Amino acid sequence: MGLLDQRFENGNVFITSLDGLLNWARLSSLWQMQFGLACCAIEMMAASASNFDIMRFGVIPRATPRQVDVMFVAGTVTIKMASRIKRLYDQMSEPRYVISMGSCANCGGPYWEHGYHVLKGVDRVIPVDVYIPGCPPRPEALLEGIMKLQEKVRKESMIRKRA
Amino acid sequence: MLTEFGKALIFLIIGAIFVALGLVGAWVFRPHRPYPEKNATYECGEEPVGSAWIRLNVRFYVTALIFLIFDVEVAFLFPWALVYRQFGLMGFLEMAVFLIILIVGYAYVWVKGDLNWDKPKPQIPVFDRTIVTAGRMRSVSTILDDDDVNEGVE
Repeated sequence: MGLLDQRFENGNVFITSLDGLLNWARLSSLWQMQFGLACCAIEMMAASASNFDIMRFGVIPRATPRQVDVMFVAGTVTIKMASRIKRLYDQMSEPRYVISMGSCANCGGPYWEHGYHVLKGVDRVIPVDVYIPGCPPRPEALLEGIMKLQEKVRKESMIRKRA
Repeated sequence: MLTEFGKALIFLIIGAIFVALGLVGAWVFRPHRPYPEKNATYECGEEPVGSAWIRLNVRFYVTALIFLIFDVEVAFLFPWALVYRQFGLMGFLEMAVFLIILIVGYAYVWVKGDLNWDKPKPQIPVFDRTIVTAGRMRSVSTILDDDDVNEGVE
């Protein structure tokens, strides 16, 4: 076990301020899993490029799940890919987050009715923190999703005991 | 006053402190909740196949040794080429002797056959070339010569 991880009760000034520091550090460096599944990945790449510059939010693409905080599921999750995504999510180090990007990853999108090979939403295999609607979403939408995730991280507590 | 090595010593100490801070900080802050799927080897999301500790073919041993010798030879040649003009004829002769020794070794290795890659002889499968058609045995050559088969192929 880590020294501080989920060890303390509520209401301590030291704990609250330490949590604030840790959360600030975590939300300012949300490293990203470097993979894309379909056309949403093109928008994700555009968000990484200089016009939208995702790196100013501290989002750096990493090539291994061990160094990663957030996974963008950018695109159509086929049933064949679903087991891989589950395995990659399992291999990420905690605390870990998932942003589901685009209609396909949210709910199956245009493949909802007749897509025999498409998983109807990535939240059927892994827990999702932020859903971004769109087909595909604009890079601005991805940036807003990241900011939503940052808000979520800001309110979390790593060292309080969980219910 | 610091000596020249004293500055390097300060760098060493600061480096050691950084490493220790990183390790201790990670231990203080990290969540540690391992389970088998999380600890599995990362193979781009695929199911890990086997162990990373596989056996390599022993034939690579000789090749690696020979490569090492000539690798070092090239590493010696570069600084020698830089200062070649200052040494003149003497430098040329010394490097020539060095090269000749290595080339003799190379010829020895070649003659001994250590550069050959011994492969097991391929087992060419043998087929019975006769095939059965309509109750009678005919060899392939007779079928190819047969006018019925070749009909329409002009």
